[in-house]
Amino acid sequence: MNTAGFPLLSLVTFLPLAGALIIMMVRGEEAVVARNARWTALWASLITLALSLLLWTGFDQSTAEFQFVEQVDWLPEYGVGYHMGVDGISVLFILLSTLLTPLCILASWESVQTRVREYMVAFLVLEAMMIGMFAALDFVLFYIFFEAVLIPMFLIIGIWGGARRVYAALKFFLYTLAGSLLMLLAILAVWYEAGTTDIPTLMETAFSPRMQFWLFLAFFASFAVKVPMWPVHTWLPDAHVEAPTAGSVILAGVLLKMGAYGFLRFSLPLLPQASADFAPLIFALSVIAVIYTSLVALAQEDMKKLIAYSSIAHMGIVTLGIFTFTAQGLSGALFTMLSHGVVSGALFLCVGVLYDRVHSREIARYGGVAKIMPAYALVFMVFTMASVALPGLAGFPGELLVIVGAFKVNPWVALGACMGMILGAAYALYLYRRVIFGKIVREDLKTLLDLSPREYATFAPLILLTIWMGVYPSSFLNFFEATVAALVARHEAALGAARLAGM
Amino acid sequence: MSPMNWTLATPEIVLGIAGLLILAAGVIPKKETFFPVSMAVIGAFVLTAVLVIGQGEGTAFLGQYVSDAFSRFAKVLILLGAALGVVLSLDFNEKAGIGRFEYAVLMLFATMGMLVMVSANDLMSLYIGLELLSLSLYVIAAFDRDNPRSAEAGLKYFVLGALASGLLLYGSSLVYGFAGSTNFDQLADALAGGTVGLGVVVGLVFVLAGLSFKISAVPFHMWTPDVYEGAPTPVTAFFATAPKVAAIALLMRVLAGPFADLAAQWSQVIWVASVGSMLLGAFAAIGQRNIKRLMAYSSIGHVGYALMGLAVASDIGLRGVLVYMAIYMVTSVGTFAVLVAMRRKGRALEQVDDLAGLGRTDPAMAMWMAVFMFSMAGIPPLAGFFGKLYVFLAAVQGGYWVLAAVGIGTSVVATYYYLRIVKVMYFDAGDEALDARPAGLTVVMTATGILTVLFFLFPAPIIAAAQVAVAALAG
Repeated sequence: MNTAGFPLLSLVTFLPLAGALIIMMVRGEEAVVARNARWTALWASLITLALSLLLWTGFDQSTAEFQFVEQVDWLPEYGVGYHMGVDGISVLFILLSTLLTPLCILASWESVQTRVREYMVAFLVLEAMMIGMFAALDFVLFYIFFEAVLIPMFLIIGIWGGARRVYAALKFFLYTLAGSLLMLLAILAVWYEAGTTDIPTLMETAFSPRMQFWLFLAFFASFAVKVPMWPVHTWLPDAHVEAPTAGSVILAGVLLKMGAYGFLRFSLPLLPQASADFAPLIFALSVIAVIYTSLVALAQEDMKKLIAYSSIAHMGIVTLGIFTFTAQGLSGALFTMLSHGVVSGALFLCVGVLYDRVHSREIARYGGVAKIMPAYALVFMVFTMASVALPGLAGFPGELLVIVGAFKVNPWVALGACMGMILGAAYALYLYRRVIFGKIVREDLKTLLDLSPREYATFAPLILLTIWMGVYPSSFLNFFEATVAALVARHEAALGAARLAGM
Repeated sequence: MSPMNWTLATPEIVLGIAGLLILAAGVIPKKETFFPVSMAVIGAFVLTAVLVIGQGEGTAFLGQYVSDAFSRFAKVLILLGAALGVVLSLDFNEKAGIGRFEYAVLMLFATMGMLVMVSANDLMSLYIGLELLSLSLYVIAAFDRDNPRSAEAGLKYFVLGALASGLLLYGSSLVYGFAGSTNFDQLADALAGGTVGLGVVVGLVFVLAGLSFKISAVPFHMWTPDVYEGAPTPVTAFFATAPKVAAIALLMRVLAGPFADLAAQWSQVIWVASVGSMLLGAFAAIGQRNIKRLMAYSSIGHVGYALMGLAVASDIGLRGVLVYMAIYMVTSVGTFAVLVAMRRKGRALEQVDDLAGLGRTDPAMAMWMAVFMFSMAGIPPLAGFFGKLYVFLAAVQGGYWVLAAVGIGTSVVATYYYLRIVKVMYFDAGDEALDARPAGLTVVMTATGILTVLFFLFPAPIIAAAQVAVAALAG
């Protein structure tokens, strides 16, 4: 039990599964089943969202302790338990997941016409696994959710994806699995060493420097693929391009955050020494990722691929911020993760709007859309500007904080991050100009309809959030301030202790 | 020398007598009695399982036979696998024209052989149990005798099996000659301390070779793909489940019992077999188009993972093996239930591509098959993940990093071909539906599927049972 008086986190986690079960039970004609599945999925995800808002209101921002904690024995003699809870790092990601899922279901309302029931089941299972992953406070439990995400995502890409979906789905699955299995070995080693997999307990455990080195490498293999960091990012463009719109939204919005979350939750607190030792490597990889993938994005002909590469660049800024070990860098990284979750998800939805109408993602296929779909052009602009980190929109506060944090550590690293911002403006504006402005070259574009009420409903919360995050960032920053401060303090204490031991 | 105490072996005796009665009852009526005999055999298995659960502990038949928590655990598993194996054959055999009552009776005697094997406390009773099992299996592998592939499978299995039995006997004779006994308890005393002559070690290696053949570990796996492919599908299902559990259990009993102090010697052998099996199981299956052949390589791979726990030679490792085999058996039975149900216009299908479009034409079966495939690939939260978790845990604790690394690598490779099956079912187009499947198969795949999905809710009881079983083995 916890402060809320009832197992709120478990409820939020497993409610989508209940929805999935209901959808699976429905029998009848295909059209009826599809209708039923859509509405059930929407309601299940909306109720989950409503419940998760209790986390927002009930969360105590002044403490770094875990809240809404639930603990049940699972394998007591091995020190493995069902342990759920949230702190400042994880609480907002749960909200992000519960927010994006109903929007994804809305976005797929008409674009998914085949096997609707299975599609909705897959999405609800995916939501449950994502929430569970952010709420898990036991290593084995975390791993189970972390990996289980692969199954619904594999099916979503493979069944409802584009032309090269089989290749993309297999690549996505095998790439991430290979990394994750190395993490499994690390988890087992930690389990053996500490005798428990309870994360709060493990945070108090000190591992020898040699062990930290190997553990860090194993965790790195898994999280770097998930982030994804250069050079193990190649699965992402494929997966993004082939996935259906809603799949891309979840992939960019939540799944990419799992890697960075892993760094924050495990690598930093558990392995402070190794994290500090490996920081230069991470900086180098991040700066390469920021500059290289921005340049690659500049050359893309496919809208989704361009946004996919921009995601890698943004995640480079996130990893950079995390490994500065400063309060600004960490807060900035967390804020960038959230804003990127909202903004890149929204950008994929924007591409989806055009794709639903024209069935092409080729940039050259469009042009002059502003004249035909003015409302759409405005929406697209808001998110493009947010992605460019225009002050006053969601992208800005996070990137600024990361650069400030990086500057404290190494000005050259900060310069790399700044380069990312400049190049980001270049490719995003270039994309916007080519699609929205210019002459209308293709006649068939003239018949396009502007946003439908359903699409307005999908975009409205995202626009609101983008502006809110840009104008009043502290309502989000306050959530993780205490946790980040505690994390930095613990990190410095651990390094100090190690230095003393070394002397 | 312990007394006769033969009442201890009531389960085996009851099963044996039931077998003879069923055989007599099956012969007398003029018409074919396949279905009633099969039902009677399942009844006999259930009765035996009840007796096994209530079985006391101790040794019988002058030390030839032992009953302990370990044998109970393995026997319940074997009886479950065998009973499900009979269920899988009911409809298939009728349609394939091999619905003869001897089939079920042979399954019964094979199962009796397995029970004797896991209760063996002497190289002699080990051999008797193993041969009773093998002879029955040779016959049912060739049960579709008018089909050249089935006959070939039976013959191949017989020739290679006979060779393996020879190796086993030769090894036993060396052990007897150099250690002075065939009884496990006396062998344990004689070999205590771990310093023994070369003769015992050579004998041990021969015994290991003979047993490796039965579990189809590399390099004694050659028969597996051909036999799995050639034998009728329900027979393959049976091969892949209960006898595997029995042979692994036997191997555990032999190695952790009389030869426990020679762990330094046999651990290396098992290590090699484990790595070889994992690698071969992962890479050789990639190119397979026949799904039964694919499952053969998959089973070789799974034996490799189970052996990983054995190679570590610790209690945690042995526990991991038991948990792994229990989960593997359940998942395998479910998978084969799907394979047995693959039939279009009355013709049995065996190609992976025949599953194309199953996600659309038969969503329930496709979902269960996907569950089994993801479980075999070891993706959480399905049962297969926990099996892998426990053997990897043992490897990490024992410091067997190479084993663990190979296991990780081969898991990723093996996942590819499990995913390929999911891909064919869900991503590929194919509109022709399979024939309606009999209710028995639906029950089996649903039950095993639910077990596979929900194992994560209650892992503690089965792990505790495995723990008790291993404690009995080591003690």
